[in-house]
Amino acid sequence: MSGRLAFLRASEQEIAIKICWKNYHSPDSVEAAIELLNHYDGRAQVIGGGTDLLLEIQQGLRPPVEAMIDPARIAGLDRIILDDGHIVIGCTVTHSRIIEDERIIQHGTCLAESCGVIGGPQVRNVGTLAGNVAHALPAGDGTIGLLALDGEVEVADVSGSRWMPLQDAFLGPGKSAIDHHRALLTRLRFKPTGVLEGSAFFRVMRPQGVALPMIAMAARLQLDEQHHISSARISIGPAGPVPHLAEAAMEVLVHGPASREQFREASEAAVSGVSLRSSKYRATREYREEMIRSQLPDVLARASERAVNGSLAGLTEPQGAWQ
Amino acid sequence: MSRLQLTVNGQAVDLDVPESRYLSAVLREDLRLTGTKIGCNEAECGICTVLVDGTPVNSCIYPAFKARGAHVETIESLSRGEKLHPLQQAFLDHGAVQCGICTPGLIMTAKALLDTKNSRNEAVTTDAIKIALKDSYCRCTGYQSVIHAIQQAAGQDVPPYIPKTRSPGLAVGQARPNPDALAKITGRARFSDDYHFPGMLHARTLRAGRPHARIRSIDTKAACALPGVHAVLTHEDVPGRNLHGLVTVDWPVLCADKVRYTGDAVAIVAADSEEIASQALELICVDYEELPAVSDAIEALDPQSPVLHEGRPDGNLLKHIKVVKGDIETGFAEADIVVDRSYRTPSTEHMFLEPECAIGIPAGYNPANYGGPCDPAAARGETAIHDKTSIYVGSQIPYLDRDQVAASLGVEPDSIRVVATLMGGGFGGKEDVAGQIHVALLAEASQHPVKMLYSRQESLLFHPKRHATLIRIRTGATREGKLTAVQATLYGDGGAYASLSDKVLTRATTHASGPYDVPHVKVDCFAVYTNNVPCGAFRGFGVSQSCFAVESNMDILAEQLGLDALEFRRMNALDVGSVTCTGQVMRESVGLNECINKIDEDMRSDAFHWTWEEGTSRFAWGLAVGYKNTGLGGGAPDKASAEVEIRLDEQNEPRAEVRTSSAEMGQGLPAVLAACATEELGIPLRHVNVLLGDTDYCPDGGPTTASRQTFVSGNAARLAAGAVVQKLTPTAAELLACEPADVLFDQGIFTQAQAEAGGQTKSLAEVVRRAAEAGTQARASYEYWAPKTQPLGTGGDMHFAFGFCAQAVLCEVEMGTGKVHVRKVIAAHDVGRAINPLTLEGQIEGGIVMCMGYALTEHFIQEQAEPWSTVMSRYKMPSIKHTPEIISHIVEDATSTGPYGAKGVGELPSIPTSAAITNAIYRATGVRVMSLPVDQDELLMAMRSGAAEVEMGWGDQSPIPAVTLGGEA
Repeated sequence: MSGRLAFLRASEQEIAIKICWKNYHSPDSVEAAIELLNHYDGRAQVIGGGTDLLLEIQQGLRPPVEAMIDPARIAGLDRIILDDGHIVIGCTVTHSRIIEDERIIQHGTCLAESCGVIGGPQVRNVGTLAGNVAHALPAGDGTIGLLALDGEVEVADVSGSRWMPLQDAFLGPGKSAIDHHRALLTRLRFKPTGVLEGSAFFRVMRPQGVALPMIAMAARLQLDEQHHISSARISIGPAGPVPHLAEAAMEVLVHGPASREQFREASEAAVSGVSLRSSKYRATREYREEMIRSQLPDVLARASERAVNGSLAGLTEPQGAWQ
Repeated sequence: MSRLQLTVNGQAVDLDVPESRYLSAVLREDLRLTGTKIGCNEAECGICTVLVDGTPVNSCIYPAFKARGAHVETIESLSRGEKLHPLQQAFLDHGAVQCGICTPGLIMTAKALLDTKNSRNEAVTTDAIKIALKDSYCRCTGYQSVIHAIQQAAGQDVPPYIPKTRSPGLAVGQARPNPDALAKITGRARFSDDYHFPGMLHARTLRAGRPHARIRSIDTKAACALPGVHAVLTHEDVPGRNLHGLVTVDWPVLCADKVRYTGDAVAIVAADSEEIASQALELICVDYEELPAVSDAIEALDPQSPVLHEGRPDGNLLKHIKVVKGDIETGFAEADIVVDRSYRTPSTEHMFLEPECAIGIPAGYNPANYGGPCDPAAARGETAIHDKTSIYVGSQIPYLDRDQVAASLGVEPDSIRVVATLMGGGFGGKEDVAGQIHVALLAEASQHPVKMLYSRQESLLFHPKRHATLIRIRTGATREGKLTAVQATLYGDGGAYASLSDKVLTRATTHASGPYDVPHVKVDCFAVYTNNVPCGAFRGFGVSQSCFAVESNMDILAEQLGLDALEFRRMNALDVGSVTCTGQVMRESVGLNECINKIDEDMRSDAFHWTWEEGTSRFAWGLAVGYKNTGLGGGAPDKASAEVEIRLDEQNEPRAEVRTSSAEMGQGLPAVLAACATEELGIPLRHVNVLLGDTDYCPDGGPTTASRQTFVSGNAARLAAGAVVQKLTPTAAELLACEPADVLFDQGIFTQAQAEAGGQTKSLAEVVRRAAEAGTQARASYEYWAPKTQPLGTGGDMHFAFGFCAQAVLCEVEMGTGKVHVRKVIAAHDVGRAINPLTLEGQIEGGIVMCMGYALTEHFIQEQAEPWSTVMSRYKMPSIKHTPEIISHIVEDATSTGPYGAKGVGELPSIPTSAAITNAIYRATGVRVMSLPVDQDELLMAMRSGAAEVEMGWGDQSPIPAVTLGGEA
């Protein structure tokens, strides 16, 4: 939950019993969905699982809408497929489906790990990765996982549909570049990890009443035959207004050996390359720095181990965040 | 309105409903499948879980039209006739059902897990259970029994965990499920919100939304004019006393001149629907003059601070509570070593999973007049005629509700009736009046039944919390390890109204030297009014707070003295002959040493180490002991009445009913009362019914608080049963042709004392029948008075019994992140006598896990008297993933006045766990936590910097302020 709630007067929050939408549409094609959005001219909104969206409306963080447009019945968007060298995830695919998909577990491990710690099972059974991305939180778990995999999103609106890099979907905390009153995020995709490639995700969560991670990080590494790093991607959040790509750390790694020392150096670079902040009741800047310093080397080591062993070294059962 | 077609529990359903509906509303309101419960409306607690096409979802935020065409399964579908689903049977067997409000959600979530694992031929591991139920909360059980039950249902050989206790009698000492558990596992159990009276309106409350302000005017014209609104009431419409309160009557029913906290009630509305009532609230105009607020207990005592209750001679000081024993100067002069520290404990929230709900029925209500069926023979419920103004509510104190409603309506208590519904958890949070007076006023004003259901968010804002405290404590001991002196000063933040602050903080004060024999004690406690949410009763009742300080100091002392932590406590433990800090001589039933010995043996059974490393974690054991009074004590008259009646059923078998207005909130009182009746009457448990809390049918059991009901109502039931036997004895004598004095009664059989073996006997049934023929009803009441106690400061027995306990906790601290996990708890509790070991174990496990939350997760945060913890997602209680292995030892050091020797246990388990955890953290890391709950961020940074103490708990906004010992405020 974002911080705005704190500034609302108690009485305002508490009057939560209100109608969040009047009409509920489940169109059966992308075109029909776009047409409906157009018809409502800004008074309708796309709903994924609704697990964040509906709460935000009820708690007064977003205005109610006249209509919800639910893509759940659009054929094909409920699938995970291999297409054109990508793993493609439809927008109605839930977190639960992702964490059980063998292809994603094998070739997008950090995404399976990150979706596995979102909410609880009831939320993961309904919530979607597309919704997580659309929510545009700086540390959405699924988003951090997908960013490390160099994910892309497909957006459809009246002008047609197009793919764009995941980073371009974020404008600020909770602010998406995709206008959910006019456009539909239809699919997400990433290139599966191949030979000598691996990925890993880690986050630190408080046991107290904070719904978002203290810090989350993911990495994707590719090694060459000599086990030197040929490419690296590291994502961290929250580390700024949008999900953060730790470019300084990535640079340190490329062409270097996949060694503990190198990972530590990269983590130092990650710390100096970000502007971490303290957020009330969630984490101090110092703690977040310490987590990157002490935990990112482990994340990198795990990704590298997976690259070498071509297996799921260190993969726990879909975690359900009970660590 | 639109057509919604779906399949519910195998039946096709075709409804015409608004598209804005949630699935939970379709199930509960349109289909009246009220087995699915609502706990938060924010996808947080999971008690609303149903299966949509086999997948668990939170129905409270699932749009109904998302489920179009789907197969929906609810708890009502699980049992087929009498045949229970294996999960239901297992929850029953393992005592995994307490208040029952979360049970449907737990069972449905578990069902999906078992179905999935079965279809994949995978094992149901403990990890898998913890993952699947991670967001399915239960506030009562502590989850160990839930895990075991699911394992049993999965076909594993996991018997119910029942601690070893003394050999049982006919019923006392036998492990049995609570009698109401069957209704709770099938979804038939009805809580207040599950009642739908014909003609019922829905009510809402306008709350202040500001911590301190003067009311200039209230304008309700626009709200009254809104179509669908039946009544809008303000302070001007309260015909009687516009105040309520359990000890001090200072809490406005509806604020007239001033509001003193954000949750204060200003106006109430009854309308055709909750939505209309909500709209009406927005149309009420209140003109406020904002006043400065005070949110800190020490600051509130500053003469410059704003005063909440003008005209009080002591300003914001609610009470200065004092305990003095011996001479404190002498005590410290005798000490070789003195430890002096300050601690802080947070305000916490009960988070019972059923938000408050009350229904008011106007006097003379006949459902037929509102188009509903009427059954003139019905005693209560939707079809009954209600002669009196009646309130249906799940409340801890039905009779005091009745009296307070009567006072505000300006009528005699006898003209009000309170009918207790099942209660979805209480833990002390349902003692103060919530909507009871409001619905009575609205029902009479509108002449309709009126339901007032609080949202979770409103519940958080409104009801009294656990007192936040600041405690400075100075403990002195000799080099040999004998305690010589304890001096402490406590500040307790009572919030805006008195509630039970006086009593709670008195308990914190009188327990502030711990369960130890300390010759010299001086404790000062300041109970203070602030503009925070009021604080009142919460399981542990002040002792949870002081125990954290006492037991932390004890650990520091043990280390400085170079003594074993257990041995040091044993050397000073209260025993028979000891004198408490209030001057009470302990004459019997002091099982503390036995508790310490039990955990000592168990903990050190294998190759024992206090601490070790594994990977990047450190493991360590921590200890704490505790004690808690049973009963009100302090000179308060403490009594309970019960009525027992025996009737013959169609098979001529005797059946008994025990009636008392004591409250069941999941703690298992019906099982205890039934056991007492069976023990006395010899009627099998299954033939004993317990009727609780209908003030027209059940005598007063007094408040359900202070761990007192097993003791007082248990005694009342036992003695009322005995009185029935007494009443039947002349009839038995007549049938046996002997003198009444020669009649013996045992296990349901009357015999003649002088009879030879094989002589004449008469069964209870025969005697009851004969008595009925002669016009004697087999019914008797008994008013049981607990042993007299003395007020604080007068010496003597302040309490008639104490429970004792010792707990050892194994913690893991992740050295990389500062995360703390509780892995194992070894507990020993002296309960006098285990009347029902199964429900007793439920109290122990649930209490321990609740206290884990106190140590690690829970803080009701307020900023300048404005709550920050306004939604459930901002207040996390322990979930199943936090559940440690709990090993439970029962000590039965009987108290002579308790029923079969029993003392109270409700609060005891949730007293020492927090200190045991922080003591373990210290052993693992060398860092001592001075403020709860533990903040892993602060802890890790302290470990990194080498700091010895952490002063900031999670949610704290400043370091612990300096506290001056003793003296005046």
